[in-house]
Amino acid sequence: MAALGAEDKGLAAILDDFGLDLLWHPGLSESTGDTCLALLDAILARRQPLDILCIEGALMMGHDGSGAIHRFAGLGLPVIELARQLSAVARHVVAIGSCAAFGGIPAANSASTGATGLHYHGSHRGAGLLPSSWHDPSGLPVINVVGCAPHPGWISETLASLALGDLGRQDLDDFGRPRFFADHLAHHGCGRNEFYEFKASAQAIHQRGCLMENLGCKATQAVGDCSLRQWNGGGSCTNAGTPCIACTMPGFEDPVAPFQETAKVAGIPVGLPVDMPKAWFLALAALSKSATPERVRQNATSHHITIPPARPPARRHED
Amino acid sequence: MSTRLVIGPFNRVEGDLEVRLTLDNQQVSRAEVVSPLYRGFEQILLGRAPLDALTIAPRVCGICSVSQSIAAAAALRQAADITPPANGIHALNLLQAAENLADHLTHSFVFFLPDFAQDFYRSHRWHDFAVAAYKANQGRRSAAMIRLRARILHLIGQLAGKWPHSLAIQPGGTTSTADTGSKVRLLSILSDVRRGLEEQVFSAPLEQIQALSTPDALAAYQAADAPESCDFRFFLHLCTALNLSGLGACTAPPLSFGAYADPDGTRLFPAGQGFPPTSIALFSLTEDLGSSWMDGPPQPPWESHNRPNPHKDNAYSWSKAPRLAGKPHQTGAWARQVIAGHPLLRAQGWSQGSSVASRVMARFLEMAALIPAMEQWARAIRPHQAFYTDAPLPSDAVGIGLTEAARGALGHWLAIRQNRLTQYQIIAPTTWNFSPRDQAGVPGPLEQALHGLALPADVTPSRALAVQHIVRSFDPCMACTVH
Repeated sequence: MAALGAEDKGLAAILDDFGLDLLWHPGLSESTGDTCLALLDAILARRQPLDILCIEGALMMGHDGSGAIHRFAGLGLPVIELARQLSAVARHVVAIGSCAAFGGIPAANSASTGATGLHYHGSHRGAGLLPSSWHDPSGLPVINVVGCAPHPGWISETLASLALGDLGRQDLDDFGRPRFFADHLAHHGCGRNEFYEFKASAQAIHQRGCLMENLGCKATQAVGDCSLRQWNGGGSCTNAGTPCIACTMPGFEDPVAPFQETAKVAGIPVGLPVDMPKAWFLALAALSKSATPERVRQNATSHHITIPPARPPARRHED
Repeated sequence: MSTRLVIGPFNRVEGDLEVRLTLDNQQVSRAEVVSPLYRGFEQILLGRAPLDALTIAPRVCGICSVSQSIAAAAALRQAADITPPANGIHALNLLQAAENLADHLTHSFVFFLPDFAQDFYRSHRWHDFAVAAYKANQGRRSAAMIRLRARILHLIGQLAGKWPHSLAIQPGGTTSTADTGSKVRLLSILSDVRRGLEEQVFSAPLEQIQALSTPDALAAYQAADAPESCDFRFFLHLCTALNLSGLGACTAPPLSFGAYADPDGTRLFPAGQGFPPTSIALFSLTEDLGSSWMDGPPQPPWESHNRPNPHKDNAYSWSKAPRLAGKPHQTGAWARQVIAGHPLLRAQGWSQGSSVASRVMARFLEMAALIPAMEQWARAIRPHQAFYTDAPLPSDAVGIGLTEAARGALGHWLAIRQNRLTQYQIIAPTTWNFSPRDQAGVPGPLEQALHGLALPADVTPSRALAVQHIVRSFDPCMACTVH
């Protein structure tokens, strides 16, 4: 349903703009029941070409690997079986959302439901529904439009890029995520950047300071251009004062500490920025903390800006 | 002679649904509503830090996300025994109402009205207009409302960072704030939405729609212009042309948990159950597993634990069957509005229950009521005051969070022992409406509404349009149902 807000005009309108014909979508298409089942028959018999197969939601392998806890309505077939069959005839396969990509939140209970991703289980390729060696006829792996929920633009731009023929192996990262959003960190463009620079941290969740040190924010470790492109007309998690939970990353459902707390050892956060040497981080953090302007220090623990930016009053020269 | 009609996949509902009908002499003699997916969300919450519910519970659903957050935050708020500051209450109300409005637009223009553009109705005079306006993925008027829906979600973008799934909704209020500039932007979004509704949907000021209090007044509004003048008049025309008020009667008593409390505690839509409404007898609430693929006796949500069993005899759904005092209840915009005392819906014979017409009409009427309330809440925001108050949780506590999603009553029940969640149960609106039979064999509200429906002899699933109207008129969310 996130895609219904894509580009403020909706997924169907965007697909139309790029010459993509929406064969079937459970929430949007007209056909119900037999007409939909006839379409699936035609696709599986290769009478109807399937250029892009999009799968949303975790793949449910339970009960005991049978897939019986998620049957395709009207068909009785386990959804995992249908997904296998459709993947074999599709030109490209796209997992929409972190559930379909990695298992996501339902995978936190995979012992009971067998919830997993299409190509990955957590960070393990080949441990999901499809084998590690799986690729589409053009050589691409499952394309993972991650996120919980994925940004509507990530969905529509991935599908449109496939239509344009612009998405090759080099345009996907190691987890099959399109690099046009996965080359960024959720931290990029965060409106709290100055607080981060000075390690001026919020102590409680409603305060304006950086959320990394105390409140579980993983924006420096999670891919996504959330704060750069922004959501729903101009928002992002961190700009709304909520910690990034790293929903674009495999295994985000089981963090080391609760979602709104930062895991620490001896007072130092365990999860440091993704590619920064720890010693440098600690040294720079100590330095920047000692240089923090009073304005930044005080605003970090306030719910509104209490001190505006201004030069300190010029010292009067006494003769 | 009995015949079977299995309808699935059921499109344009949220999530997975199959409807199985037994027909005798072309009449439905038995309906089974099947939720074919089990998701296991409640077990995911057990053993976690209590505030983790704010991250996990909304992810039950990609369409009722804010309502799930509101319910989870309310349950934790009760455990913490605090009240958010006035700004926080206004912001929470705005977020919930924005999602409710967006869902009503999705339901009307993406799920429900496209059915009238199907070829099945091509012999009707109004069909050409329906195709141009509402055909799935093509209709111009639906496309305009998808754009308006995106504009509504800008309010959530601004106050909660994104939709769906935001942690801005907290027991203590909201993490986000509004300054004098962003308050103006909120009001500007609401102006756009008001204009869109007044120009396209109602062709009248919202206050005029709110003031429609009798069937005569509604008839006068309908007659004042052509059916094609606006979506609401066209819907009323369809109700007359196809007798939608005689379709899908559901006589289960209404249930609303109430929503949109002011800082003084008064609710815009109060809670209640039954005709006439009484306060809700929560102690009589049970989840029955008679036809569910789960083992166990009926249990109240503060005691029940899920034990899935896909091999259980005579079971046919992953949905449970919630009951109040042993009885099924219907919930949704119609139930919410008749319990809140909407004069028009009450005057239409509410004690006889709801129909396809009244269930869908209640959504239109509610859209007209929500925008003026939202404008008041936005204006009441005091930019320099707090939106949040600290909400420390005791190490041991229980909490109940009751609210209304667009599609009806939503409840979260939790228990905390030694700073960990030891119990978490969610009862979602569609679990009420689309519940399977209970152990006494009493069908759920949709199953009752389908009973006795006459269908043509040559009916196929895709041409059983009456079934589709009845099912979609409840605006089901199957993803929530089988969390």
